[in-house]
Amino acid sequence: MTTNGMIQIALYFIVLLALVKPLGSYMAKVYQGETFWPSRILGPVERLLYRIFGIRPEDEMSWKTYAGAAIVFKIACFFLLYLILRVQGVLPLNPQGFAGVSPDLAFNTAVSFITNTNWQAYGGESTMSYLTQMTGLTVQNFVSAAQGMAILVALIRGFTRRNSKTIGNYWVDMTRSILYILLPLSLIIAVVLVSQGVVQNFSPYKNVPFLQTITYDNPKLDAKGNPVTGAAGKPITEPAKASEHTLPLGPAASQIAIKQLGTNGGGFFNVNSAHPFENPTPFSNLLEMLALLSIPASLCYTFGKMVGDKRQGWALLVAMLIVLIPLLFFCYSREQAGNPLLTTAGVNQTASDLQPGGNMEGKEMRFGVANSALFASVTTTTSCGAVNAMHDSFSPLGGLVPMVLMQLGEVIFGGVGSGLYGMLAFAMVAVFVSGLMVGRTPEYLGKKIEAFEMKMVALVILVPASCVLLGSAISSVTATGVAGISNPGPHGFSQILYAFSSASNNNGSAFAGLSANTPFYNTLLGIAMLFGRFWTMVPIIAVAGSLASKKYVTPSAGTLPTHTPLFVVFLASIIIIVGALTFLPGLALGPIAEHLMLYK
Amino acid sequence: MAQKKKQHALFESRIIQRALIDSLIKLNPANQVRNPVMFVVEVGSILTTLLFVHALFVPGPESPWFILGISVWLWATVLFANFAESVAEGRGKAQADALRGSRKDISAKKLSKPDPKAEVTSVPSSMLKKGDIVLAEAGDIIPGDGEVVVGVASVNESAITGESAPVIRESGGDRSAVTGGTQVLSDWLVIGITANPGETFLDRMISMVEGAKRQKTPNEIALDILLAGLTIIFLLATVTLLPFSLLSVKSAGQGSPVSITVLVSLLVCLIPTTIGGLLSAIGIAGMDRMIQANVIAMSGRAVEAAGDVDVLLLDKTGTITLGNRQATEFIPAQGIEGKALADAAQLSSFADETPEGRSIVVLAKEKYGFRERDIRALDATLVPFSAHTRMSGVNLGDREIRKGAADAVEEYVKKLGGTFPSDVKTAVEEIARQGGTPLVVAEGKKILGTIRLNDIVKGGIKERFAELRRMGIKTIMITGDNPLTAAAIAAEAGVDDFLAQATPEAKLKLIREHQAGGRLVAMTGDGTNDAPALAQADVAVAMNTGTQAAKEAGNMVDLDSNPTKLIEVVEIGKQLLMTRGTLTTFSIANDVAKYFAILPAAFLTIYPQLGALNIMRLSTPHSAILSAVIFNALIIIALIPLALRGVAYRPMGAGVVLRNNLLVYGLGGLIVPFVGIKLIDMIITFLHMA
Repeated sequence: MTTNGMIQIALYFIVLLALVKPLGSYMAKVYQGETFWPSRILGPVERLLYRIFGIRPEDEMSWKTYAGAAIVFKIACFFLLYLILRVQGVLPLNPQGFAGVSPDLAFNTAVSFITNTNWQAYGGESTMSYLTQMTGLTVQNFVSAAQGMAILVALIRGFTRRNSKTIGNYWVDMTRSILYILLPLSLIIAVVLVSQGVVQNFSPYKNVPFLQTITYDNPKLDAKGNPVTGAAGKPITEPAKASEHTLPLGPAASQIAIKQLGTNGGGFFNVNSAHPFENPTPFSNLLEMLALLSIPASLCYTFGKMVGDKRQGWALLVAMLIVLIPLLFFCYSREQAGNPLLTTAGVNQTASDLQPGGNMEGKEMRFGVANSALFASVTTTTSCGAVNAMHDSFSPLGGLVPMVLMQLGEVIFGGVGSGLYGMLAFAMVAVFVSGLMVGRTPEYLGKKIEAFEMKMVALVILVPASCVLLGSAISSVTATGVAGISNPGPHGFSQILYAFSSASNNNGSAFAGLSANTPFYNTLLGIAMLFGRFWTMVPIIAVAGSLASKKYVTPSAGTLPTHTPLFVVFLASIIIIVGALTFLPGLALGPIAEHLMLYK
Repeated sequence: MAQKKKQHALFESRIIQRALIDSLIKLNPANQVRNPVMFVVEVGSILTTLLFVHALFVPGPESPWFILGISVWLWATVLFANFAESVAEGRGKAQADALRGSRKDISAKKLSKPDPKAEVTSVPSSMLKKGDIVLAEAGDIIPGDGEVVVGVASVNESAITGESAPVIRESGGDRSAVTGGTQVLSDWLVIGITANPGETFLDRMISMVEGAKRQKTPNEIALDILLAGLTIIFLLATVTLLPFSLLSVKSAGQGSPVSITVLVSLLVCLIPTTIGGLLSAIGIAGMDRMIQANVIAMSGRAVEAAGDVDVLLLDKTGTITLGNRQATEFIPAQGIEGKALADAAQLSSFADETPEGRSIVVLAKEKYGFRERDIRALDATLVPFSAHTRMSGVNLGDREIRKGAADAVEEYVKKLGGTFPSDVKTAVEEIARQGGTPLVVAEGKKILGTIRLNDIVKGGIKERFAELRRMGIKTIMITGDNPLTAAAIAAEAGVDDFLAQATPEAKLKLIREHQAGGRLVAMTGDGTNDAPALAQADVAVAMNTGTQAAKEAGNMVDLDSNPTKLIEVVEIGKQLLMTRGTLTTFSIANDVAKYFAILPAAFLTIYPQLGALNIMRLSTPHSAILSAVIFNALIIIALIPLALRGVAYRPMGAGVVLRNNLLVYGLGGLIVPFVGIKLIDMIITFLHMA
C-alpha cells in the first residue's frame, strides 16, 4: 500500500463523514415533514402531485396496506419496464436501431432494475435505446431507491410511534424521497459529471478510425444475440479484425448520477464506471464514490435524529465502518501485492513514481490500485454494484472482499434505505442475544423485541443467504450453469458464487467472466433478485407495524445501552460471524483455495 | 422466619437413574420434533447409522468404522441433551411426588349447611366441588382448597410450605384461606370449598413443578425462532457443499466430493446444539430454582417477567422495617416531670398487649426503674383501643389516663376543656418528621407528654436497595403512614420513592401510572384488598398466609410469606434469561473453531492447499472431524451444571454485565473449542482410533 493511496482513501472518508450530518439532518427534516426552505420551493410541486394522483397525505396506512402499496407499485413498474424493453425497436429515440430485447433478458433486466439490483446481463451501448435508458432504466433507478428509503422511514416510525396502528403513507414517503432528496442531488451531480466530460446527448454513435488495424477473438452470437456454445458447453469464439471503433454516446450523465446516488449501479455503458465517457477523471471518480455512499451513510444520522437519540445513529455508522475499513484495506493490500507468478517471471510490481505497481489487470490507469480497491469495496458494501475495474481480475483475496461485503447481506451501508433496514434487522438480533445476556426481555429503542420480530428478522437474514447458496448449488451441478464459467479451477466456482451473491443481495456487480446472458442465468438470477428484495422488504414492513403497535419501555440502568462501543463491536461481530459461518465453506472452495494455490 | 428450603443436590443418584432411562425414552422423534435443533441431530444420527450399515456391505468413500464412530457420537449428542432435560425434570418430579403424597384421597365430612352441628355425609375428597361445605376437626386432613366460613383452628401447613410451626386459620379477615392436604391440629373449621377437583392449589403446584403443563415462555419462543433460523442457514450451507464440491472436483481434476458422513458431522457441529440441547433444561431449572426459594410460580411466563421488572412496590412493615415499632423516648410536656410521664405511660400500656405497648412498659422500666405492677391491685379499669376513639388507657379511681394519636388525644382533652400545649405539638411534629410515630399521653384534661415510637429498619436492607438501583430497579415503599413519617423512613432505608397513606386504590393507581410509563411492576400482597393491585401488577407475589383472593390474583405464591423474597424472585428471573443468552453466544462462538477443524479435512483431497487452514494441526482428516463431533457432544454434558444452576448473577448495570458475559462466554466460546478439539485429537491419535 502506498502513502499516496492511503491519503486518497483517507481523504475520501473525511469528505464522506463531513457530509453525514448536513445531509442526514436534511433528510430527517424532509421525512418529518418539517417546513423549511426546500419545502417552500418544492412544497407546491409536492401538493400538486398529490392532487393529480388523488393522494391524501394525511391518510395513514397499516403495515399491510403499506406493504400492499409497495408490492402493487413494483409489479406495475415491472410490467412497464418489461414492455418498454420488448418493444423498444418501434419506439423513438433509438438512433442505433436496437431491436426489442429477448423475453428472458427483458425479464432479468426488469427484475434487476425494480429491485435496485441493476445486474446487467446486457451491454448498455449495444442493447438499449436512449428511450429505454431514460424512461425505462433511469425512472426505475429513482423509484427503486426511493422505495428503499420509504421503507426505512416506515421502520423508523415503528420505533418512534407508540400504540399506533399505522406506519405512514407509502405514496408520501416515495414522493418526498424523490422530490426533495434524489432529484435535486442527482441534478447537481449530473451537472458536475458533465463538466468532467461525461456525455449527455441524443446523437447517434460516432465511428473513429484506429491508428492501426487490430485482430481479436469475438464470441460467436446466434441470430438472437445469444452466445453460441460448443460441444463442451464453452462459448465459441471467432477471430475478427477492426480498423475503426465506435464511440457510443447518449444521455449518460443524467442516468449515472442517480445510478451512483441511488446505489443502483446499472451502468449506461457495458463496462460501467470504468468507461471513459461514464467516469472520465479522478475527480469524477471521487464524486461517484461519494455519491454512492453519501445517502446510506447519512441515513444513519437521519435515523438517530428521527428516533430522538443521535448516538444510536452514530453507533450504527461506526459498526458499519469497523467492518468496511479493515476489509477495504485488506483488498487494497492484496491488490497492491500483485501476482506472485509475475514476480517469479521477473516483472517488477512495486509501486514507484513511474508505475502504480500491484495488480493492474482489469484496472484503469487513471484510477490506479488504491481507487480501484476503494471503488470495489464501497460499491459492494453498498448495494450499488457500479464498477470502475473488473472484479474478476482482482487477486483471489482482493476479489474475496467484494464478495464477502455482499454476502454479509448488504447491511454494511447497503442500498439506500434497504441497507440500513437490513442493519436494523441485525441490530435486533444483536439486541436480542445481548439483551438476554443482561437478564431482560430484549428491547431496542424502548421497543420489546419478541417472537414476531425475531421471525421476521430471521427471514431478512435467511432468505438472501439461502438464495446465494441454493442458486450457486444449482448452477454448480447443471450443465447450463457450468457452461457459463470462463475460468478453470476454483476461480470458475468463484464466478458462480459471486453472481448469486450479487443478485440475491441486490448488488448487481459482476465477476465479469461469467457468461450470464443465457435463459438459465437470466431466469435463476432474476428469481434470486426478486426473493432477495421482497422477502426482506415485506418482513421489515411487518416489523415496522408490529413495533409501532407496541408500547414504549422506559430505559433504566438495567436496560442494555445500544450506543456504547461494546454494543457496536458486538453488532459488528454478529454480522461477521453469521456471514462467515454461512459462506466460509463456499469461499474456501473459491477464492481461498485459489489464493493458496497461487502462493503454494 | 425459618428458611427451610427443599433442596436437592445438583445430581442426586435417584434423579440420575431416572434421567438415564428418560433420555432413552425421549429419543422418540415425536418428542424430539418439538426442538428443531436436536431433531436435526437425531435425523443425522439415523442417517449415519444407515450409512454405516450400507458401508458394511457396499464399500464406499468412507470406512464403516469411521462412520460408526461419527454415528455413535451423534447419538450421544442427542442423548446428552435428553439427559440434561431429564435431570432438570427429575428434580421437579421428586418434589411433585412428595406433594402427591399429601394429596391422598380422603373421606371428607360434607355438611348440608354452614353449621358445625349440621348433618354430616361422608364423601371422597376427590368428589368435592366448588361451593360444597365441609367440616374439618382436629386431626383431620383438610379435603380441599377453601375459605373458612365458621371457626378458628390451628393448622399444620408443612406439607405445602415445609414450615412445621402451626398457623392460625379463622373465618373472616386475611387468614381465612386453607389449602387441601394440610392438617387441622386443634379445634374445628367449617370450610367452603373454592376449587373443583384437579384445579386445587396442590394440583397446580404439582403440575408446575413437574413441568407437565410447561408451556414455552415468550422469550423462549423468540430464541427458538432464532435458533431455527440459524439451523436452516447451516443446513443450507452444508447441503450446498455437496454440489459445490462436485464442481470443485471437476475443476480441480482431482479428489472426491464431500461424503454424506462428513456433511452430517459438519452440520451437527455448526447448528447451535449446545443451547438447543440445554434450552428446555434451562427453563425447567429456572422454575426449579423458584421452588427451591419456596416460591411457586403459576407460569413460566411469570418467572421470565420477573427478570424484566423495573419497579418494586414493597410494603414498609415486614419488608423494609421490622414488623414492630418500639418506644425509644419519653418527651414530657412543659412543667411535667419525665418520671410522671413514664409512669402514666406505663400504666396506660398494661392493657396494651401489642408489641408497641409492651415496648413502652419496657422503656419505662429501663429509664426509671418502674417495676411491673399488679394492675388489678390498683383497682384499675382498662380502656382498650377502639377504632372509634383511637385511644387506649386505664382508669385508676378518678385518674383517667389515655394515650393515642396526637389528634385523637387533642380532641379528647379539648372536649374536657383542656388545651394542647404548643411544645407538645412541636415534639409531635419533630418525631413525625424523623420517621417516628408520636403517641400523646394525657391524664384527664392535662397533656403529660409524648412517647416516641420508632420504626426499626431491617439491617442490610439499604445495601440491598442500592444493589437493585444498580440493576436499574426502582424501589417504592408502600405505607399507611403519613407523608412525613414515610419520607423519613424512606430516606433511612434508601428506597427511591414512597407512597404514603396508601389505600388499595392509590396502590392500583400507582401501578397503572408506572405501567403507562412503560415499566414493569412487581409487588407482594396478602390481603383481599391487595387483590386488584396484585392482578394489575406484572409480577405479583401473594403470601401463602394470605387470602384466597390474593393468591388467585397473584402469579406467584411465596410459601414462606416473606415479602423480601421479591428481590430473590427478580434475580432468579434475570438469571434464567442470562443463562439462555450466554449459552447462545457460547454456542455460536464455538462454530469458528469447528470450521477450522472440519473444512480443511473435508476438502483435503480436492485442494490439498486448504490444509493451510488446519491451524490446530490436527493429525488426520478423520481424527479432525471426529474430534469436532466429540467436542460438540461433550460440551453439552460439561455445561449441564451451568444450565441447571444458572450463570453467576451479580447486581450490576447492564453494560458491565454484558461486558463480563461477553468476555467469559463470547471470547471463551471462541477459544475453548480450539483447545478442546486439539486435546481430543491428541487422545484419539494416542489411542490410534482414527
